[in-house]
Amino acid sequence: MKEVKFKIDGRECTALKGQNLIEAAKANGIFIPTLCYFKHLNPLGSCRICTVKNNGRPIAGCTLTIDEGMDIEVNSAELLDLRKAILEMMFVEGNHFCPSCEKSGDCEMQNLGYETGIRYARFPHLFVDRVVDARPERIVVNQNRCIKCKRCIEEIETNDGHKVFNFTNRGNQTMVSVDYEQEAKLSEQQAEHAMRICPTGSILVKGKSFGKPFGDRQYDFAKADTNIPLTDLKKHIKKDKKKKRVATTSLAGCFGCHMSMLDIDLGLFDLVDIVEFDKSPLTDFKKFDERCDIGLIEGGCCNTDNIEVLRKFRKHCDILISVGECAIWGGVPAIRNTLPLEDCLKEAYLDSLTSEENETVIPNHEDIPKILDKVYCNHEVVKIDYHIPGCPPNANHIWNVVKNILFEEDYSITYPEFKYD
Amino acid sequence: MDRTHLLNELWQYQLKFGFISDKAISRISKKLNVSIVEIESVITFYHFFHQKPTGEYIIYLNNSIISDIKGYEAVKAAFEKETGCTFNEDGDKEFSLFDTSCIGMSDQEPAALINFLPFTDLTPNKVKHIIASLKNGENLEDLASKTKSKIQYHPEGEKAIIFRPYEMGKSIEEGLKFTPEEIVNKISKAKLLGLGGAFFPVGYKWNSCKNNEADTKYIICNADEGEPGTFKDRALFQYLPGLVIEGMILAGYATGAKEGIIYLRAEYQYFKDKIEDVLSVFRKANLLGENILGVKDFDFEIRIQLGAGSYVCGAASALIESLEGRRGEPPVRFWSATKHGFRHKPTVVNNVETLAYASRIIELGEDHFLSMGTEESPGTKLLSISGDVAKPGIYEIEFGTSIIDLLGIEMSQATSPYFIQVSGPSGECVNNTEFNRRICKEDIMCGGSFMVFNRTRDILNILRNFMEFFKEESCGVCTPCRAGNYILTEKVKKMQRGLSSQEDIEEIKQWGKIIKLSSRCGLGKSSPNSLIYAVDKFKDYFNLKIPPTNEFLNVEFDMEDAVQEFDSFIKDTQT
Ligand SMILES: Cc1cc2nc3c(=O)[nH]c(=O)nc-3n(C[C@H](O)[C@H](O)[C@H](O)COP(=O)(O)O)c2cc1C
Ligand code: SF4
Ligand code: SF4
Ligand code: SF4
Ligand code: FES
Repeated sequence: MKEVKFKIDGRECTALKGQNLIEAAKANGIFIPTLCYFKHLNPLGSCRICTVKNNGRPIAGCTLTIDEGMDIEVNSAELLDLRKAILEMMFVEGNHFCPSCEKSGDCEMQNLGYETGIRYARFPHLFVDRVVDARPERIVVNQNRCIKCKRCIEEIETNDGHKVFNFTNRGNQTMVSVDYEQEAKLSEQQAEHAMRICPTGSILVKGKSFGKPFGDRQYDFAKADTNIPLTDLKKHIKKDKKKKRVATTSLAGCFGCHMSMLDIDLGLFDLVDIVEFDKSPLTDFKKFDERCDIGLIEGGCCNTDNIEVLRKFRKHCDILISVGECAIWGGVPAIRNTLPLEDCLKEAYLDSLTSEENETVIPNHEDIPKILDKVYCNHEVVKIDYHIPGCPPNANHIWNVVKNILFEEDYSITYPEFKYD
Repeated sequence: MDRTHLLNELWQYQLKFGFISDKAISRISKKLNVSIVEIESVITFYHFFHQKPTGEYIIYLNNSIISDIKGYEAVKAAFEKETGCTFNEDGDKEFSLFDTSCIGMSDQEPAALINFLPFTDLTPNKVKHIIASLKNGENLEDLASKTKSKIQYHPEGEKAIIFRPYEMGKSIEEGLKFTPEEIVNKISKAKLLGLGGAFFPVGYKWNSCKNNEADTKYIICNADEGEPGTFKDRALFQYLPGLVIEGMILAGYATGAKEGIIYLRAEYQYFKDKIEDVLSVFRKANLLGENILGVKDFDFEIRIQLGAGSYVCGAASALIESLEGRRGEPPVRFWSATKHGFRHKPTVVNNVETLAYASRIIELGEDHFLSMGTEESPGTKLLSISGDVAKPGIYEIEFGTSIIDLLGIEMSQATSPYFIQVSGPSGECVNNTEFNRRICKEDIMCGGSFMVFNRTRDILNILRNFMEFFKEESCGVCTPCRAGNYILTEKVKKMQRGLSSQEDIEEIKQWGKIIKLSSRCGLGKSSPNSLIYAVDKFKDYFNLKIPPTNEFLNVEFDMEDAVQEFDSFIKDTQT
């Protein structure tokens, strides 16, 4: 084959004519993110993460073969944002509760989320009720996490060449279905292969769900000494100056984020030298005393009180930060969003195992808040200025962001310092 | 069994039993030696295949925007009341009710198909009568409507290209005077553009198929006509089926193809037999078959393939997938259909109307064609006009005709036109400052759908209908189209609830652009168009929807609405 010249983002590159762009770019030291692309499979072109422009025309990079003189755009601001947006679509289309996902830390999709710097999704989460199919012999398919990349459909076959997976339905209802008859013919090895090629936590092999222990997972890099240092707090101690004011609250959260806030150990002593707390569970002040510089919000809104508190925070704080997954998009409490409120209330108060017939009632009184039809994330209710992902976010991460904002320092937290789990 | 027969096989079960049972699926999967899930993947892709039993009468009610403004809701309620069934659920032994995308009857809405026979201009009273008659055991066919659309306009006398007297075999006779090469040249010279919506030069397409050597080639007539608001292909088949068939034969002659397939959308199966009849007449006249009109080795045959309810199958590449018995997912393309198309052989896919024009160009000569229309788009074009006009129907207009003329007293007689949708949901909307724009390549093209909405129509309602259409009809294979159209639908719904801000307007534009840029096929590349255009072209309307920004940076959020479910459940259980 002939060697040809082409350009990526203005840089001269060479490759064999007809080579796949993803591979050719890699050989020239340029990384193009991919998800559905899989070495030996025909390019599936389904996820569209790899979208590039070829001579100005947008196309999925994995479906492009190199030819002489191609002018390819990969990392323009527009395309970087586009890739991030497509990933965000995947997050909102499925129900990706990373903190409770077996694949977390080993997940190609999650990793790309880190790679592209997703802190929150610009799109509203769709919260579609999706099935977890445990009927197959060896595997479980969790539709909440499937991104319809088609890898399993193309790759997994029985020894006699029958497909095990295929799409059913179409449009937004499209899902991957399992052929139970064929699945039963898979060997343990073949089933594990299916789990491995699935770029998300959608296909799991029964009894093998955790491939690797936490900490050792492919995208963990969680060595103790790489913890983000919280430094230079002291230099901001100015006796004459008024301390910065911080307020915090926990809405529909688990207080885990507040626990994490306290997790900076001795750093706390430095912290209280530069900031003072207004309304917060840490101080137990119930009302705002003064205007605050920053409000930290843990949890989203599941009832009317949450909404009111959040609106109060917006009114009294210059800057509002959503801390943690629940605040950012609903998190664990939002698991109920895929079901009608009625079903949730019935299950919790009327038909639960411990409820007694005719003795049950749904709490309802003018003094207690009403439950909202779904859990809303904070930026659906008020303007949120920053988002700190994590479940919970690392303590140093939280305070570094706060410090950075308060003192207008240049500090960016990049992967692998933040996590969704 | 050959996989290309799969759709027909499934149709046999569907029509005979009203659904395709697990047993049938298992049988078919054995015949094809593929897994069961593979058959299910095809069945569940197509709207008209069912896996659960349906009633004796399956009713598909069109839910397009034109149906909507003509009384869809009331008709729907009437169907539910009279049958006692609910839409989009299983139904009972007698009736099953389903919504369906545009059935190509926009000049006679609301319209429905009952066991694939047309029932048009429905009203609650009419529905009452129909259902009562069916319950009485009356013959369905006797109750069905005539569907021929009115031809409301065509250029006068000799100038008309399509709607002029038709004489069977004339274009073929004329065409056989030339070599295939010359036919291609004539079509190229006439600058005929594909009229299915993409406006690709026909001569170029035929030429490249002609030049690709292969033992077998195919001509496919794309009669999937799925763009809401279009019904010109139906009208052509009802008025001039021979003209379309001759176009296919000429395309075969020009390219060397010997087999033609009409991919007929399932919604049009009520005139399938009539086309079959015409085909037999053609065969008897030796216009089809072997050594056509005595030309040695010029053989051509045509068969009809029924679709099964999928808009995206109108896209040429998806259509070929569907013909091959698969889901209608537009494949990742490395070559054009004229090189590797149906069964991997050189294939020409042309729209019904395109083929009819090709016949006329050969019959009348390219100069006649070139004497009309504009420089870049010569000739005439068929439009299907519907909505708030006094005279909905088919219009053969000269390219270059202005929108204001189309709306005027001489033509469709629109009443206070406000929002015009040109080329259907995937096209472009036009406001009243643009009414002097002209339908032609130089200005704004129109694939055939021309929908007129007056001042009383709510724009967000129109846009929501469009977005729901795309959400439903996306093939689902790529992320931006599958998830993106869903997200945009939710956005429109939110705005309808009065919860919009300037930010929403900006986001519609940004998100729409992302979907357009990254989607795999034409569906996703055009689905956000209407929405993006509308927010700019109808600023006054949208400004009214946006409340002034508030001091405390609260986002539009409706607490009353959010607790309504709780309140009503408490009311139901505790009083
Ligand atoms: C989503 C989608 C739907 C389409 N639907 C139709 C259709 O219903 N009928 C049609 O003729 N062309 C349709 N097309 C255009 C076809 O892809 C193709 O361009 C056309 O059939 C070629 O014929 P022409 O050049 O004669 O127009 C559609 C394209 C897309 C992307
Ligand atoms: S780890 Fe991956 S698959 Fe699991 S929830 Fe997170 S993104 Fe989804
Ligand atoms: S199950 Fe996994 S491999 Fe299969 S389509 Fe979904 S995400 Fe891809
Ligand atoms: S753009 Fe839509 S219809 Fe086209 S391939 Fe993608 S999902 Fe399918
Ligand atoms: S990696 Fe190219 S489309 Fe998925």
